[in-house]
Amino acid sequence: MKDATKGPRRAANPAGRIGVLAVLVLAALYSLLPVWWLVVSATKGSSDLFTGNGFWFAGRIELVRNVSDLLGVQDGIYGRWLLNSLLYAVGGALVATLLSAMAGYALAKYAFRGREAVFNTVLGAVLLPAPLFALPLYLMFSATHVVNTFWAVFIPSVVSPFGVYLSRIYAAAAVPDELLEAGRIDGAGEFRIFRSVALRILQPSLVTVGLFQFVTIWTNYLLPSLMLADNRLQPVTVGLVAWKEQRGQTVPYNLIITGALLSVVPIVLMFLLLQRYWKAGLTSGSVK
Amino acid sequence: MHPTTPTTPAPVRPHERTGPTPPPKAARPRTTGPRRWAPLGFLLPFGALFLLTFVAPICYALHQSLFKLHRSGLGLTPPTTVFTGLSNYTEALADRAFTSAVLRVLLIGAVQVPLMLGLALVLALLLDGRRTPGKRFFRLAFFLPYAVPGVIGGLMWSFLYQPDVSPIARALAGIGLHVDFTSDGALPWAVGNMLTWGWTGYNMIVIHSALKAIPGEYAEAAELDGCTGWRLAWHIKIPMVRPALVMSTVFSIIGMAQLYNEPVIMRAVAPNLSGDWTPIMAAQNEVAANNYQAAAARSVLLALVIFVLSFGFMRFVNKRGAAQ
Repeated sequence: MKDATKGPRRAANPAGRIGVLAVLVLAALYSLLPVWWLVVSATKGSSDLFTGNGFWFAGRIELVRNVSDLLGVQDGIYGRWLLNSLLYAVGGALVATLLSAMAGYALAKYAFRGREAVFNTVLGAVLLPAPLFALPLYLMFSATHVVNTFWAVFIPSVVSPFGVYLSRIYAAAAVPDELLEAGRIDGAGEFRIFRSVALRILQPSLVTVGLFQFVTIWTNYLLPSLMLADNRLQPVTVGLVAWKEQRGQTVPYNLIITGALLSVVPIVLMFLLLQRYWKAGLTSGSVK
Repeated sequence: MHPTTPTTPAPVRPHERTGPTPPPKAARPRTTGPRRWAPLGFLLPFGALFLLTFVAPICYALHQSLFKLHRSGLGLTPPTTVFTGLSNYTEALADRAFTSAVLRVLLIGAVQVPLMLGLALVLALLLDGRRTPGKRFFRLAFFLPYAVPGVIGGLMWSFLYQPDVSPIARALAGIGLHVDFTSDGALPWAVGNMLTWGWTGYNMIVIHSALKAIPGEYAEAAELDGCTGWRLAWHIKIPMVRPALVMSTVFSIIGMAQLYNEPVIMRAVAPNLSGDWTPIMAAQNEVAANNYQAAAARSVLLALVIFVLSFGFMRFVNKRGAAQ
């Protein structure tokens, strides 16, 4: 770590260090305790769930049974929801990243009339909360019978103004004009240059764009809950909330909690796998 | 006509340039054709979908908000839409439920956003400290809540708040404290806590990344002058992560306007949470009452408020930054 060797050493101040550690530990407890509760609760049967210490395991560990019960409930609808979420989020994030990269690259690397106007419109969209216009979008989609199909959720998910904004910053900073010129002199087409030069250079930062969009889609609730009436099309967030709203009458609370835990696993895995990239990406995004 | 010919280099801002200034290019008219259309080709897929999913709904909402459904007295004939100008807007502004929902969200934001960003900044600075132990663990721990989808976080907290089953309330009752997280007075705090829990770590990472990007020489020079600890943070580090703080603030303001998931989920455990607690919930109520026009007017109004707030904040800090 660069921090360990750099600069003059400050005299150790034990009281200060303990204070720092105390703040960090308290904040870590605040962050982790609810997640810990979720993990612990997912191992409990319905009779143990709300008796005894909520933050510690009950006598029996029922996690496996909870998971198999969860996957069996209502003809395995939960697995279907999880699959839907993956489909919306992975597919949507991939397409959104590609579209954002193309648009951001064009805005960074070509001078054309109206470029700033286009960029400012996109920036304006970043500053507008999209959920506010989910209702009119629903009305439009319902007039064209897109509502209650896969596309009703997928199409809005692939549009990411924030992704375009980030892609433009990345492309402006990282893709040298000289390289593009060299490609042109070699006779490569514009799209070929984008594909084989720009995309390759932008790859690490595009992971950030993709990750942002993946999280946005995976966590979206308002859009799918508006657009989808068929519960076999719903993502896991909408399904779980519907179960919770029935107050444990159709599906017991311990299964809902197990379902919540399972739904967090893919997204945590994604972050851990792509950690190296998203850290680099966040840096270039914030120092604009 | 297209302003760019191959002889005029693209007007890049100085800091966007990498490497030395490119040499003047020779005129190559042959490449003009494809290069002229290339940006259009790159922008088209995003642009078309952007128009469909952003611009069109906004225009549609603006259009709808100017009309009203006119139902005949008996409701036997289908209702007709009548142009009524801004009357939906004046009614929305006169609607106590809607204005108090906007005010409620603004007040929650006025407390929650500074608290959250202050906490994020402190944690980021502590993690940036040279002798802080366990950095990797703490960074991951703080960030974990962001990886939990808002709705799932809401579900978790609603169990933790639910009066009859809350392990927190039970623990507090054990030491003689009886709290009800779902009482009217506690609700804004309960929801604010959900937001703080979910987003502090995310903002901490953004600020921390910005701190890491500060060249080491700055801190070194300051430390040689005897400027360490909190003075170093206050005079050197915080001013240098200003852009990151501004960005986090703007996104937090925008996020507040969308407040929906958490209170909707809270309703399952707090029946006293009204159905128009936040502006989006209020707009949805109008939809449920088949009054799309009123819902559209409310959406537009809220978007306007948020746009003015976030954009105004950006302008304000940029002006102050330029004046310094």
